[in-house]
Parts: sequence; structure tokens; C-alpha cells
Amino acid sequence: MLSCKQATELMSQEQDRPLSLAERAGLRLHVWICTGCSNYRRQMAVLRAACRRFGSGGTP
Amino acid sequence: MELDRQSELNALRPDLLRFARLQLRDAGAAEDAVQETLLAALTGSDRFESRASYKTWLISILRNKIIDIIRAQSREVSATSLSADEAGDDRLAESLFDRRGHWKDTARPGRWADPEASFEQQQFWRVFEACLDHLPEKTARVFMMREFLGFETGEICKETGISTSNCWVVLHRARMGLRACLEESWFAGAKT
Repeated sequence: MLSCKQATELMSQEQDRPLSLAERAGLRLHVWICTGCSNYRRQMAVLRAACRRFGSGGTP
Repeated sequence: MELDRQSELNALRPDLLRFARLQLRDAGAAEDAVQETLLAALTGSDRFESRASYKTWLISILRNKIIDIIRAQSREVSATSLSADEAGDDRLAESLFDRRGHWKDTARPGRWADPEASFEQQQFWRVFEACLDHLPEKTARVFMMREFLGFETGEICKETGISTSNCWVVLHRARMGLRACLEESWFAGAKT
């Protein structure tokens, strides 16, 4: 079973490289039972969206 | 209606300068990048109907100037200077996780209320910039190459001379630091 610390590492890396099948399965299971990491994953998506917006000059 | 380019340039110049400074962390180099962008903008003949579309166009020119400067300074971010950033980042991990690697009760991520609404507020972007500026310099450089300039990790390795796995570690630290900063400085006040 992944620790939250390991899960956050994978949630970062999934934005930079394709995860292996085993990594994806482990992460899916962890996020399913862990509210903190499930929120963290959503926040990683928010960060990426914010960066896209900021990097393309789309800020108010 | 055609924009008054000169006055729009003056109005947008501080935004461009902040964007360049965040990424280059060198006032002189940032000033150069913005000057070159303004020159290119003044000689361009494209037409723009709104300040927003003009800004998007200017930022895309500026991004390319920043990429040129980063390529020219290539390998300045060495593995050794990155390890100097590490101590502070490890302290962040210690403050978030217990010894078994689980979230401490005080650090467990909560829900962020309506991020899209935050994106519409200028104040959010000021906080976002401050949080980026708060990251260790080399960590921030690698993160912005990835997220703003669109480099793949392979290219970042090539330009900075760090290994792929080190690159992933640095990006992870940057995201973790930025998330913690945004949570504390912005979303904690707006949490549902």
C-alpha cells in the first residue's frame, strides 16, 4: 500500500510521464480511500490549469 | 476597432516585466526580454480587438524571448545548485507527513472552493506570483520551464544538465510547495 507521501510523488509524475500499470493501480486504490490525496490530486489539476492560464497571458 | 497600441503597450508593460522577472530572476535579463518583445510588437502588423488578445500575443512573443535567454544560459542550473535548494524542501515534506508518510492532521489537503472563480480575480494572481517567487530559485526555474514554457522533461534535462529522475523530484517539490503556499495564502480563507 502506498503512503500519502509516495502517492503525492506519483501524482506529480503523472503530469510528466506515463505511469506504469502497477503505479496507476496503486495510485487509484490509494486515492479512492484517502480524502487528503483525493483533494491533492484535484489541486494538482487546478495548479496545471492556473499555469496554463498564467503562461499564456490569460490572466485578468 | 483597432487598439491604440502605444498606450496598450505602456499599460501592459508591468505585466510583461513581472512575467519575465519571475522566470529569469534577473532584473537586467528580464528588462532585455521585455524590450525585445516591445520592439517586435511595434514592428508587427497584426490587428487586435481587445487588450486581452493583445496581451496573449505579447506574452507568446515574450515566452520565446525567455526560452532564447534560458537556452543561452544553458547548464547554469547545475545539479549542485539544485541540491542547495533541497534542505528547505525537505523541511516542507517533514511538516506535511508523519514518519509513516501519511498526512499530518494539520496538513491534510482540504477542498478548494471554486478555483475558476479565483482565476477571475486579480488578487489571486498576485498571490500566485508571490508563491512562485517564494520557491527556491532553481526549483522555480525548472518548474516554469515545464509549466509556462512547455518544455518536456527530456529537454529540461538537456538544458539544465540534471538527470530525468532528479527533474521529476524537483518538479514534485515545486508543485508541493506551490500547493501549500496557495492553500495557506489563498484557499484556506475560502474553504467550504
